[in-house]
Amino acid sequence: MTMSDLNLTNLIFGRLSLDAIPYHEPILIGTFAGVALGGIAFLAAMFYFRLWGPFWRNWVTSIDHKKIGIMYMVLGIIMLLRGFADALMMRAQQAMAFGDNPGFLPPHHFDQVFTAHGTIMIFFVAMPLVTGLMNYVVPLQIGARDVSFPFLNNFSFWMTTFGAMLTMASLFIGEFGKTGWLAFPPLSGIAASPDVGVDYYIWSLQVAGVGTTLSGVNLLATIIKMRAPGMSMMKMPVFTWTALCTNALIVATFPILTITLAMLSLDRIAGFNFFTNELGGNPMLYVNLIWIWGHPEVYILILPVFGVFSEIVSTFSGKRLFGYTSMVYATVVITVLSYLVWLHHFFTMGSGASVNSFFGITTMIISIPTGAKIFNWLFTMYKGRIRFTVPMMWTVGFMLTFVIGGMTGVMLAVPPADFVLHNSLFLIAHFHNVIIGGVVFGLFAGINYWFPKAFGYTLNEFWGKVSFWCWLVGFWVAFTPLYIMGFMGVTRRMNHFDDPSLQIYFIVAALGALIIAAGIGAFLVQLFVSFMNRDKLRDVTGDPWNGRTLEWATSSPPPDYNFAFTPVVHDSDSWSDMKANQYQRPLKGFVDIHMPKNTGAGFIISALAFAFGFAMVWSMWLPAALSFAAMLVAIIVHTFNYKRDFYIKADEVNRTEEAHTRLLESHV
Amino acid sequence: MSEINANGAMSADPSARYYVRDHHPEHSTLLGFWIYLMSDCLLFAGLFAAYAVLGRNYAGGPTGAELFDLPTVALNTGFLLMSSITYGFAMIASQRKNLKATIVWLLITGAFGLAFLYLELDEFLHLIHEGAGPQRSAFLSSFFALVGTHGLHVTFGTVWLVTLCFQLGKHGLTPENNRRLMCLSMFWHFLDVIWIGVFTFVYLMGVLP
Repeated sequence: MTMSDLNLTNLIFGRLSLDAIPYHEPILIGTFAGVALGGIAFLAAMFYFRLWGPFWRNWVTSIDHKKIGIMYMVLGIIMLLRGFADALMMRAQQAMAFGDNPGFLPPHHFDQVFTAHGTIMIFFVAMPLVTGLMNYVVPLQIGARDVSFPFLNNFSFWMTTFGAMLTMASLFIGEFGKTGWLAFPPLSGIAASPDVGVDYYIWSLQVAGVGTTLSGVNLLATIIKMRAPGMSMMKMPVFTWTALCTNALIVATFPILTITLAMLSLDRIAGFNFFTNELGGNPMLYVNLIWIWGHPEVYILILPVFGVFSEIVSTFSGKRLFGYTSMVYATVVITVLSYLVWLHHFFTMGSGASVNSFFGITTMIISIPTGAKIFNWLFTMYKGRIRFTVPMMWTVGFMLTFVIGGMTGVMLAVPPADFVLHNSLFLIAHFHNVIIGGVVFGLFAGINYWFPKAFGYTLNEFWGKVSFWCWLVGFWVAFTPLYIMGFMGVTRRMNHFDDPSLQIYFIVAALGALIIAAGIGAFLVQLFVSFMNRDKLRDVTGDPWNGRTLEWATSSPPPDYNFAFTPVVHDSDSWSDMKANQYQRPLKGFVDIHMPKNTGAGFIISALAFAFGFAMVWSMWLPAALSFAAMLVAIIVHTFNYKRDFYIKADEVNRTEEAHTRLLESHV
Repeated sequence: MSEINANGAMSADPSARYYVRDHHPEHSTLLGFWIYLMSDCLLFAGLFAAYAVLGRNYAGGPTGAELFDLPTVALNTGFLLMSSITYGFAMIASQRKNLKATIVWLLITGAFGLAFLYLELDEFLHLIHEGAGPQRSAFLSSFFALVGTHGLHVTFGTVWLVTLCFQLGKHGLTPENNRRLMCLSMFWHFLDVIWIGVFTFVYLMGVLP
C-alpha cells in the first residue's frame, strides 16, 4: 500500500464502491427485488400490528433456552430455502449446459452458487437446526430450568444469525467465494482470488464460529452440571448423550477452524505466507488443518440425529431402547474415531501407501459402531408395537437410505478405489446420501416429534407424509444418476459438459431435485395447515406420543421454568418409570423460582460483530477499528450488570400449574 | 442422594420420590470457563502445528538463530512468570477477604503484564525494522502469528484485569467477583503455560542449528 492510498475515503470505504452492486446480473436483481419487497411487507406488518415491542422483549432479548431453540430452528429453515434455491440452480444449469448451450449461469456465478450452497447448508442450515434441537430438548430431558449460561446462549444464537446475514449480504453487495465450501489455497489466496468473495466466506464463518464454540461450551457445562438429582451419566437419555458428545466435538474442533481461517485471512490481508506457494508457504498445511475440523464436523451433525432416532424408535415401538449401554459406547467411540480419519479426504495428494492405509482402516472401523447402532434400532423395533407416525416413517426411511450411504462411504475409504472416485460425482452422491438420508431426515423426524412439545399442538399427519415421501423418492431420483456418473468418471463442480450422452442423467437428477422441492413445500404447507387446525390438534396432556423421557413430564408448551419442582430420576426412561408407578403431579406447596433476566446485550454485541466482519471484508479499516472498539466497550459495559436474575413468585407458579391442571381435567 | 431420602422415601405420597421441592444446581461457571480455556488451547495447538510445519522454511531469509535475542526473551519470560506469582498473592489476599491487598496485587500483576507486552512489541518492531517482518518467510509468518496471538491474549487479560479492579472497588469481594477473580486467574496461568511452550519450542529450539 502506498502513502497515497491512505487517504480518508480509503480508510472509511476500503474496497467498497457502487460497482459492488451487481446491477448487471438479472438473476441477482430479481432476487434482490423479491427479498426487498418481502422484507418491506414483513417490516410494514410488524409496524402495523405493533409487534416490534413484544418481538424485542419476548424473542430478541430472550435468554429462555426454549425460545432460543425455536429461533435457531426458524433460522435453519429460512436458510434451507436459500441453500436449496442454490441447489435447484445448479441442477438446472447442469441439465441444460451441453454442447452449444452455455446454460443460464456463467462460470463465475456458477462457482459462487456451489460454494454458497455447501457453506450455507452446513453452517447455516444443518448446524442451527441441530443446535436448535439440542437447545430446546436437552435442558428438558435432564430436568433443568435452563442452560448453564443463559446469556451466552442468546449471544451464541445472534452470532450465528449475524454470520448467516453476512453470507446473505454477499448476494447483493459484492460476491461470494468461488472456491468451493472449504476454500483451499492457493485458489483462495489473494493472488488467485483478489475479490471479496473469500473474505465474505471467512468472516461469515468467523462470526458464526464464535457462536457455535460458545454454545458448545454452554451445553457441555449444562449436561455435566445441571442434570436432575438421580440422573447418573448412564441414566441420561440417549439424545442427551449424543448432544454431550457432539458438543465435546464442537469445542474440540471449531477452534481449529477459527485459527485456520485466521491464518488464511492473514495471508490475504497482511501478506503472510502460511499457505502461499512462495517464500516457504505450504498449501497442504491448510488442507490438513481444515479437514481436522471438517471431518469431526460431519459427526457433529450426525450424532445428535442418531440420538433423535433413538428416542423416536423406542417411543413408537413402545419399548425400552435395545442395547442402551452399547449405544452410549458406540457414540463415544465414534466421537473419538472421528478425529483419526481426516486424511481420507485427500488420499490422492501423495501421503504414501502406509499413511493412506492407516487412515483407510480407521475410516472403515467407524462403520462398526455405526452398524451397532443400526442393529440396536432394529432390535428395538423387533417385537415392538410399532406406530407408523410421521417421525417413525422418517426413521425407517433413514435406516434404509443411510445404510447405503454408509456402504458407499466404506468404498471410498479404500484408497485405491478413492483414487478412481476422488472428486467425482460419486463422492457428491455419497455425502448427500449420508447428510440428507441421515441429518436431514433426522431433523425432520425430530421436528415432527418435538413440535407438539414446543407449540402445544401436533403437526398434520397427511402433509407430513407427503413431505416424507417426496423427500425419500426425490433424494433417490436426484442422486442415483450421480452415483452412476461418478462411476463413469464425471467430476464435480462442472459448469458445462461436452458429452451429450450424459445429459439424460442430469435431467433425471434435476427432476429429483424438483421432487425434493415439493417435499420442502409440503413441509411448509404442513406447518400452515397444522397452525390453522391447532385447536383440533391440541396436545393437552403434554405427552402426545406416550413418551419415555422427562421432556414429556411437563406441559406443552412448558412453562418458563420448565418444571415447578425439579424431577428426581430413578431410571434411564424416567418418565416411563414415573407413569408405571402412578406418578401424580404435585398440586401445591410451590416455592419461588430463581430465573435469569432477559438482556439485549447479546444482540447488540453480535450486531457490532456483524459490522466488524463487514468492514473487514471490504478492508474498511476505520469502521473496522471503531466497531471492534464498540464491541469491546459493549462487552465491558455488560460485565458491569450485576442484577441478572429475578424470582418467579410462588403465586404465579401456582396459577400456571392450576391452569395446566384445569386443562388436563377438561381433557379427561 | 440425601435430598431424595429427605422428602422422598420417608413421605407417604409415592409420587414424592419423583421430585424435590427445593433444588439448587451447582454453579457451572468454573467448569464452563475451564472448557473454554481448553478450546483456546486448541487455537494455540493450531498455531503450534503451523509453526512445527513452517518453522524452518526460511525462504533464504533470516533464521531464528540470527534473529532471537535470548537474554531479552528470558527477561520477558521472567516478567510473565512473576506476574503469575503475584496473581497467586492476589488470590490469597482475596481468600483472606483483604480487598485492598487484592487490588494492589492485581495491579502489580497488570504492571508485569504491560512490561511483558512492551518488550514483545519492541522485539516485533525491531524485527520488522530489520526486514524480518511476517511477510518475509513462512517461518516468520508462523512466528508472528503464534507469539502475536499470545500477546493479544495478554492484552485482553490486562483489559479484563483493569475492569475487574474497578468492579472490585465498586462491589467488593462478593461471590460474583470472587468467581470472576478465579476465572481471570485460570486465564492468566493458562497464558503462562502457553508461554512456556512458546519459549521452549520457538525461542530455545529456534536458535538450535
